[in-house]
This record gives sequence, structure tokens and C-alpha cells, in this order.
Amino acid sequence: MSLTLKDRTTRSMPEPAGSRQRHPADRLFQAAVHAAAWLPIAILGATVVFLLVQAWPALTHYGPFSSLGSIGWAPSRAITESTSPNPYGLLQFIYGSVLTALIAMAIAVPASIAVALYLTDVAPRVIRRPLAHLVDLLAAIPSVVYGFWAIFALAPTLRPLGEMLGRTLGAVPALGAVFAGPFYGYSYLTAGIVLAIMVLPIITAICREVFATTPVPRKEAALALGATRWEMLRMAVLPPARAGIIGACTLGLGRAVGETIAVTMVIGNNVTGINPSLLAPGATMPSVLANELTEATQPFHLESLFVVALWLLALALAVNVAGRLLVRRGHREPR
Amino acid sequence: MKAVARLAVAGVVLLAGCAGAVPLPDGDTAAFGTQICGGTGADPSAYLRTMPVLPGAAPRLSAAGSSLIGPMMSVWAQQYAGQHGTRVAYQPIGSGSGIAQTIAGTVALGATDTPMTSLERAKAGGRRLLALPVTLGGVVPAYHLAGIGAGLRFDADVLGAVFAGRIRRWDDPALRSLNPGLRLPARDIVVVHRADASGTTAVFTDYLTRGSPTWVSVLGAGNSSGKQVVWPTGLAGKGNDGVAGMLAQVDGAVGYLELAYVLGQHLPYGQVRNRTGDFIQPCPATMGRAAQGIDLAADLPTSLADSTERDAYPITGVTYLLLYADQHDRATAVALVNFLAWMLTTGQDLAPPLGYGPLTARLQRDTYAQLYQVTADGAPVAPTG
Repeated sequence: MSLTLKDRTTRSMPEPAGSRQRHPADRLFQAAVHAAAWLPIAILGATVVFLLVQAWPALTHYGPFSSLGSIGWAPSRAITESTSPNPYGLLQFIYGSVLTALIAMAIAVPASIAVALYLTDVAPRVIRRPLAHLVDLLAAIPSVVYGFWAIFALAPTLRPLGEMLGRTLGAVPALGAVFAGPFYGYSYLTAGIVLAIMVLPIITAICREVFATTPVPRKEAALALGATRWEMLRMAVLPPARAGIIGACTLGLGRAVGETIAVTMVIGNNVTGINPSLLAPGATMPSVLANELTEATQPFHLESLFVVALWLLALALAVNVAGRLLVRRGHREPR
Repeated sequence: MKAVARLAVAGVVLLAGCAGAVPLPDGDTAAFGTQICGGTGADPSAYLRTMPVLPGAAPRLSAAGSSLIGPMMSVWAQQYAGQHGTRVAYQPIGSGSGIAQTIAGTVALGATDTPMTSLERAKAGGRRLLALPVTLGGVVPAYHLAGIGAGLRFDADVLGAVFAGRIRRWDDPALRSLNPGLRLPARDIVVVHRADASGTTAVFTDYLTRGSPTWVSVLGAGNSSGKQVVWPTGLAGKGNDGVAGMLAQVDGAVGYLELAYVLGQHLPYGQVRNRTGDFIQPCPATMGRAAQGIDLAADLPTSLADSTERDAYPITGVTYLLLYADQHDRATAVALVNFLAWMLTTGQDLAPPLGYGPLTARLQRDTYAQLYQVTADGAPVAPTG
């Protein structure tokens, strides 16, 4: 292992003249970097193994995929001897996680791209830098503060709006189910909006970097051909940035799926089922973990929470892999 | 934290104005009519106080469990450390975890709001556990209803129907007939309950199960009480403070909270009809009445809802401290006995100001006598007297 590595390095980079024997500090550095590179992989692997071991009793007792086939989380109905139906159904948590993340992306992606375009190409030069710093600052606010803000400011502000949506759109035949009231401020929608604000700085920061790499001659060429500023952005800046935007969205989506405290504070924590209305209270995979981990005393309760954690990890990995594939496709496509 | 929350509420009221946050009326006692709440409900002169302060106590004790008595334990620990030197570190992590950690030996002392089940006792592997009542805790229906102050009247079946989602509006005839003088608004009831497993939930649902056929029929016999139930409706918050936060935000909300939290947050709370048919304000004195006539000989119920005493507040629970009867370390055993003997005498006086009920003389004497059963590797810790 170390030999091949040495071969490769000597081939790619000639050693400094006069020192045939490499310096011990150099070797040490290389070993340290090497170990550091493997560390994340080892941690991920260890996490998966740990979650599997902890979840194993529940997985074998109820069957490995039974939690995905049932709706409703009812620890109080769990009985040691009974194996079916699985009282620890988690479809409603997956639904909640995916739905809140989608709401967040639907709001945050267009907003972030607009903010990033403004910061790189539209805003007056003097305010670009301070404004960019301000947007970055949003990412530094702890999520519990966002949750606090959401409870005391966002939810009360949303209430009249939600009630109006429930009254108007809620009465429309097919669409009605999605906006059915009543609305109390604690809902999928509220959680999604908080998430949108939380992922906005992440997506904006990356998009900004990507847009900034557009060669100036390219933009000038577009303008020279008579394009308006908007046409220039649409033709010269956005298309080559597609892979970058998708990458930014993937990172944002990962954050949205995993966010715990802020969501737990405003989603209402209804664990019993799936409600099709955006205005209804629900729960996500991280929120049930945060709520119940400390006091999981029912049969297979703690083990089932580890099952939730396992599927949460799987979902996060799936989001990441899907994002990566999309980025690669974005790169390959002709411009 | 609480102060911050109040500040934030005030801030939102100032900033948002009409955005739905309403300043909360403080619970005024006049709304409850004539009640016995002036006193503490205890008779400390009848308490047993025979235990001397034993020498050789460990300087530190670790304890964990019920969040319901968290505020009480922190006052006890603070006062006790000042007077006797032994520091007690209490983590309010929940009753179930308190039981588990005591059995595992991680902490010397656990606290739980529910009597231990035979299943939990079995996990101790044959070692005997003492479960000692130390205080009474009241669970109260608290609400947020613009224009309505403290003292709203409930009975078990109406509360059961509300929390089961069968009574959905504040102007429901059942609620109106219990509160004849009040103009209840035509508003949806928003049920708020706990998101985590909790002793507070166990006391409340045990009370509903004993008094509300509607509650039992909706949840199903055998599934209607416990630290967690399958709630048919409502929002859920984590911990007493999570529920209190939701109550403060949502006009029309009703939830159940431990009395100490309600008093601390100045939320309006109601009175509850007991077995004698009277509407009772929750307070240390009325909780004490619920515990009248109860002794340690029989297994105690999770809630003292079936008390037929006058002025007994029915949603009263008992908090127990757990410890192994036979300790492995003499200094720890001595520290435990000293601390418990202090809690069961001097400590009881500190309970009423916080909204907890002191033990009745009978319960105190039964519990105190148990301290003489604590041993260290088989040898008694206290001189038998």
C-alpha cells in the first residue's frame, strides 16, 4: 500500500534536488493526510454498522421492511410478543420529511438563484460584497433560533394567511384536500418555510460562486449581440451553471431533510398518520427522534427509533447520490 | 429561558400587534370561588422525625428521572447542599430513563411519576428496589382563550371528550352547561398534548380513563392510559415547556401541564370536578386532600382520581424516588438516607410555594419508616430505633 503510494508520488512529482531520502516530517504529514482521508469513510461505515446493530432487534422482530409498509407511530400499542402489525410505522415520517423538504426547495431555489444573480450581475458594485456577507450570515444563525423565531413570529403571521387559504382553496374540489383547514400555525407548511429560509444562504452562496465563474467575454458577447441584461443572464450565465445549481440544491436538500430542532418546534408533531393538507400538523424522521429518544421505554421502542435513523440516513444518501448523478449529467450535456 | 420566552411574547405583541398573539391574563384566584387553597394541606407536626443525621456521608449523589419534579428537585438539591454539604446532581431526563438508570446503577437515586410496573421491577434482577413517595404533583388543564380568564370548569368526561376530539368547539353545550355564567366563544378547540413519553401524560390519561367513558371508548380499553397514548387529535410539544409554548401561541388551545409550570408561566388554568361533585382548584392543599387516607400498604394508583374526600383535586399524582434497598457503597447509602430523611421532613415545607403538595402525615410516616430498611452490603445504615 505504502509502496504504491510512494511510487505514484515520485512519478508525479520530482523530489527536491539534493534530498534522495525523504524528510521524516514529510512522511508523517503524508501518513496524517492519508489517515484523514479515510476518516470520513470510516465514520460513515461505523455509523451504518452501529445503527444496524441497534436497530437489529426491531428489524428482525417486525420484519426488515414492515415499518415502510405501515402508517402511524404508536409505541403505546407495542406488545413484546406481537410481531404484526408493526406499531412503529414510519411512512408518515418519510412523507413529512420529503414534503417539508420539497416546500423548502420550491421556495428557496428560485429565491436563491435570484439573490445570487443579483449579487453577481445586477446589484451596484459597492453593495455586492456587504450584501453577500449578510446572506452568508443567515447560515450562521443556530437552528434553534430559527425555531424560536418561527414560533413567535412566523406562525402567528401565517395564521390569518393559512386560515384564508383553508377557506378559499380548501373549498375547491380536488385542490381542497391540499389546503384543507383548520390551520393553527403548526404545520408542514410552516416547517417548510422555515427550512426554506435555512437553506437559502447555502444555495445562494454556491450559486454565487458558480455564476461568478462565467467568463466576462461570454457575457460581453451576449450583450454585443443585442441581448438585454435578462437575456444575457438567461443565455450566458444560467445554462453553463446548471450543474453547479443542481449541486447547490443537493446540498440544500440534504440540510432540509436532516434539520431537526427548528422543524420539531413548528411542525406540530402529529405522529399518527398522513394528512394530505399542507396546513395540518405532521412529523418528520428527525423530529420523532428528537422527541422520543430520551424516554423510549416501550418494547422495541428504542430499537425502532434506530430504524427511523437508519432510513433517515438512507434518504440523505439517496438525495446525495441523486444530486451527484444529476450534476454529472448536467456536465455531459452539450451547451 | 422563561424570562426570554416572556420577553419574546411581549416583543411579538408589540411588533405584530394584530398577528394573533394575545397578552395572557394571569390566573387570579378569585375566579375559582371559595376554595381551601390558602393552606398547605399538610400537618408537619405529625411527621416522623426520628432519624439522626448519620456521619460519613458521600459528598456527592447522582440522581435522575421525572421532569415533573425537576423544579422541586433543583430547589431541594440547592438548599440541601447549603445546609448539609452533600451535593445532589439531578438530571430531569424523564421517569422511564430515571427507572432504567437507577436499575443500571448509573445513578444512585431515580425519580418517577408512575408506580413501577412488575416488568420494570423484574429488570432489577432480584435486587429489591425501594419506591418512596416524596411529593404530590398536580396536572392541570390549562388553556388560552381570548376573553376568558382562569377558573374554567371541567369534568372528567368533558375533558375526555375534548382530548378525544369529540368536543370540538368552545361553545359546545357540554362546556356551556358546566360554565353557566361565561360567554364561551364560538371557536375551534385546539388540543395540545405531549410529544414525548411522560409521567405527566400518565397521570392525566389515568384520570381520564377512570372518569371518562368517552375517552375510553375512543382510545379503546387497555390503550387509554400510559406515558404515551395514540392521540386522536391535536398538536404536540416536547416537554412541559413545549406544551406551554404552544398554549401561549394558539388562541383556542387547551392542554395539560404540571401545576408548577402553569404557575411559572402565568397561564390560565381550570378547575376540575371531583368524585364529590365539587369543582376544585388545583393547589397543594387540594392535592393533599386527594392523598388523604392513602398509605403505602397497597399499590398506589397513577392518579388519585378516585378519592372521595371533600376538596380533593382529582388529577393528582405521586412522585416516587427509587433506590436499591441494599447499596454497595456505605458512604453513598448514608448520603441517600440523610438526604431522603431531610426531604421527607424539612424538605416538605419547600413544596407548596412551588406548587407541589407535601405528603400527608400517614404517607410521610409510612415512607419515613422505609428509610430504616436501607442497608450497605447487608448491614443496616441507620440505627434501628
